[in-house]
Amino acid sequence: MSKYLSKLTSPLIAVILGLVVGAIIMLVSGYDPVAGYGSMVNGIIGDSYYVGESVRTIIPYILAGLAVAFAFRTGLFNIGVEGQLIVGWLAAVWVGIAFDLPRIIHLPLAILAGAAAGALWAFIPGYLKAKFRVHEVIVSIMLNYTALYVTNYLIRNVMTDKLDKTERIADTASLRSPFFESITDFSRMHWGIVVAIICVIIMWFLLERTKTGFELKAVGFNQHASEYAGMSVNKNIILSMVISGAFAGLAGAMEGLGTFGYAAVKGGFTGMGFDGIAVALLGANTAIGVVLAALLFGGLKAGALNMPLETGIPSEIVDIVIALIIFFVASSYFIRWIAARFKKGVK
Amino acid sequence: MIALAAPLIFTSLGGVFSERAGVINIGLEGLMVIGAFTGIVFNLMFADVFGEWTPWLAVLAAMIAGLLFSILHAVACITFRADQTVSGVAINLLAVGLTMFLVKLIFDKGQTDRITETFPRIDVPLLSDIPFIGPIFFANGYYIVYIAILISFVVWYVLYKTPFGLRIRAVGEHPMAADTMGVNVTKIRYAAVLLSGAFGGIGGAIYATIFSNEFNHATINGQGFMAIAAMIFGKWHPIGAMGAALFFGLAQSLSIVGSSLPFFKDIPSVYLLIAPYVLTIIALTGFIGRADAPKASGQPYIKGKR
Repeated sequence: MSKYLSKLTSPLIAVILGLVVGAIIMLVSGYDPVAGYGSMVNGIIGDSYYVGESVRTIIPYILAGLAVAFAFRTGLFNIGVEGQLIVGWLAAVWVGIAFDLPRIIHLPLAILAGAAAGALWAFIPGYLKAKFRVHEVIVSIMLNYTALYVTNYLIRNVMTDKLDKTERIADTASLRSPFFESITDFSRMHWGIVVAIICVIIMWFLLERTKTGFELKAVGFNQHASEYAGMSVNKNIILSMVISGAFAGLAGAMEGLGTFGYAAVKGGFTGMGFDGIAVALLGANTAIGVVLAALLFGGLKAGALNMPLETGIPSEIVDIVIALIIFFVASSYFIRWIAARFKKGVK
Repeated sequence: MIALAAPLIFTSLGGVFSERAGVINIGLEGLMVIGAFTGIVFNLMFADVFGEWTPWLAVLAAMIAGLLFSILHAVACITFRADQTVSGVAINLLAVGLTMFLVKLIFDKGQTDRITETFPRIDVPLLSDIPFIGPIFFANGYYIVYIAILISFVVWYVLYKTPFGLRIRAVGEHPMAADTMGVNVTKIRYAAVLLSGAFGGIGGAIYATIFSNEFNHATINGQGFMAIAAMIFGKWHPIGAMGAALFFGLAQSLSIVGSSLPFFKDIPSVYLLIAPYVLTIIALTGFIGRADAPKASGQPYIKGKR
């Protein structure tokens, strides 16, 4: 039990520190932090509409978090989730528009197209890492921008005639749920939450219960030992990136098929891919941890939208809090150091 | 035409300092955001006081702001041994969050007012009359571009001809060896990261002052990452980074104004937009001479650890 507790301490301290610094910033700027956080909580679970919107926000956060976490377990830093998410979004929407099929085939096909596109986009850094030892961080950052510009170009010039967004996807490919909408006062909550939960289970099962997962983790722990034990490090690097990219593509597909129902020209990144890094870090790269962290960050993001309405505090305060939490988690050496000092003091 | 290169040159030179000392700085994007915000706000506040000197002083203010903000990255990466990439990501998120929070606090809307004072433009005498090259590089340009190019030579001199530069490079390649020789690894790395913050701040302020004339959440849309690309494409060398930044800046300009030029109007702008990124990937895979990062980049130095 104490083992689990100590695992929880540094993320918890990071979250608390982040919220405290956020409160100080609000205080210094002349706002009431209690009212601020109150309105935020209100914006997360205040009424059924807010709950629905929070769940909708959490869906891509879970998937993006899984994507980053999965690659982390193999010792890879997939900073390219953002780009994989964008191409997954476009691919899913494209299948949703271009085909005319019964729902039972069309919807899974569109979802899989998103996963496949993300996987393909992540294959590039994986392959280059395995083959040429090129660092995956740089390649995937470059691919993020490539994805952004290429998808914008495709939307503008191939899928439409100089328009800023595609037409809506066919109803047979939509994740929208009249049932969820009716119980959450017409929020945009959709069936993607089921997809996300299935993916959480897949990730847990794959990593903890299969030989492939064992090899992936082994490569993450020690490449040389894995090589010596007869595992193919290169194969596992590529495989890990591809699976990670598939999760990221799914996150995009959820936005395309569920929340929006179309793909639009983007002026900049969605930010979900980078927040996925935060989710994975805080969740200690485990399936269940990712869910908890996604609940927190997705909730914060959804609740933030209510803050300017009720208290006039800019919603960016939540971006600051999230960034600080990543900062504190990354500097966990500092937290452990303080904790050790603190323990000594108590004794 | 090459004005877009100026912010890239400064920021990528910052990247050269930091990475040469062994600290990866993905946070350059965020440092540019801080610089852009400071530059614009300073410009708006003091335009009446300083007149045409305002943009230059704004750049100075942005330099200081970038330097101060990069302390966060330095403390996390060097003292607290945080993962440098993760800390960089946090810097980027924090910069956008913090500046937009302040923008809403000060201006009560999603962007700042527009500035009135910007950098002067010049035609370089004689050189601008050269056919083809002249109009691209020397006509209707900004002083600041030529200053940026000069500075890159200064940085080269500092890195390769001074004891301080030697120490930076030593700390980035083999910190333990440097430590053994009496170099204070922590101090040198701090200096390098703070320098990268200062340069990133300058780059951000120049970009905002020349191109957007205001600050909003999308002002620095990936310029910092493009500067990182330029640094890698230039193989972590100041002059190389400057050359790559010039080239990338030109590619960016062409993607904007290319449709009005005879030769470029048949090329879809998307190719010019993605060219810097794709070329960087190709450069890394070694098709055009392998680009290798400094050996110790990304690793915190822990004294006494073997």
